[in-house]
Amino acid sequence: MIATAYSAGAVAVFVTSALLIVVGAIGVITVKNPVHAAMSLIMTLFGVAVAFVAQSADFLAAVQIIVYAGAIVVLFLFVIMFLGVDRREGVRVEPLVGQRPLAATGVGIVVLGLVALMARSHWVTGAMSVSTKGAPLATGSGNVSQLGTAVFTTYLYAFEATAALLVIAVVGAIVLARREHSLDEESA
Amino acid sequence: MNVPAAWYLVLAAVLFGVGAYGLLTRRSALIMFMCLELMLNAVNLTFVTFSRTMSDVAGQVTVFFVMVVAAAEVTVGLGIVVAIFRRRSTTSVDELSEMKG
Repeated sequence: MIATAYSAGAVAVFVTSALLIVVGAIGVITVKNPVHAAMSLIMTLFGVAVAFVAQSADFLAAVQIIVYAGAIVVLFLFVIMFLGVDRREGVRVEPLVGQRPLAATGVGIVVLGLVALMARSHWVTGAMSVSTKGAPLATGSGNVSQLGTAVFTTYLYAFEATAALLVIAVVGAIVLARREHSLDEESA
Repeated sequence: MNVPAAWYLVLAAVLFGVGAYGLLTRRSALIMFMCLELMLNAVNLTFVTFSRTMSDVAGQVTVFFVMVVAAAEVTVGLGIVVAIFRRRSTTSVDELSEMKG
């Protein structure tokens, strides 16, 4: 029934990305070793990148792989190795009684509420954006030029602000992670 | 024809739920950061899906900015984790309870 309504390729891509995302996400929250959790995180990020490509967000899919899987997860792995905390965390022990059932209940209510909201509302009215005059989003290099035009015209101030944010983050990380005794050496 | 947007939205809701559950139950600060990334990715997926259905590139621009902020957040957050580990030799958030009244 599904295959007749939608093209088999689109369904296959969706199922692939859904499997990658869900299996990876469950891996992140269940495995004990933080290194394995980081590997599962990469799996989820690849799944999200597949979903991006399927929805004509080609540039974001590339950025997803380069920035998330390439930079952020490597940063995670670097900190895990640097601190030597790749020993196992006791997933079985439950210091707070009833924390997990409560968390599962709350999360279940939130997810069911989101799905119910989607089922009952009509957010997608069929009205198209005025900027593209209802034309579908471009794929491939057309997507890059669309996104670049938007970032460097409409969202230019926000884009400049991200440059300042990144500089502040880098300086802050260096200040935080610097060793304490270097301060004493400077004052001595 | 591409699959309906609702499929991707439900997938994003599930991903958000899994990330939220991990954030609430895991105790290692590093794993909690990873769960935060899962939740951010769920929201990004929602943005891209609505961007497709409304044929508006603004959703993709928002995802771009979310990625930048996520990178900055991870940088500072892991710096804090390293600083805490230097003092306390632990990344478990349970043992950081000095502020407890």
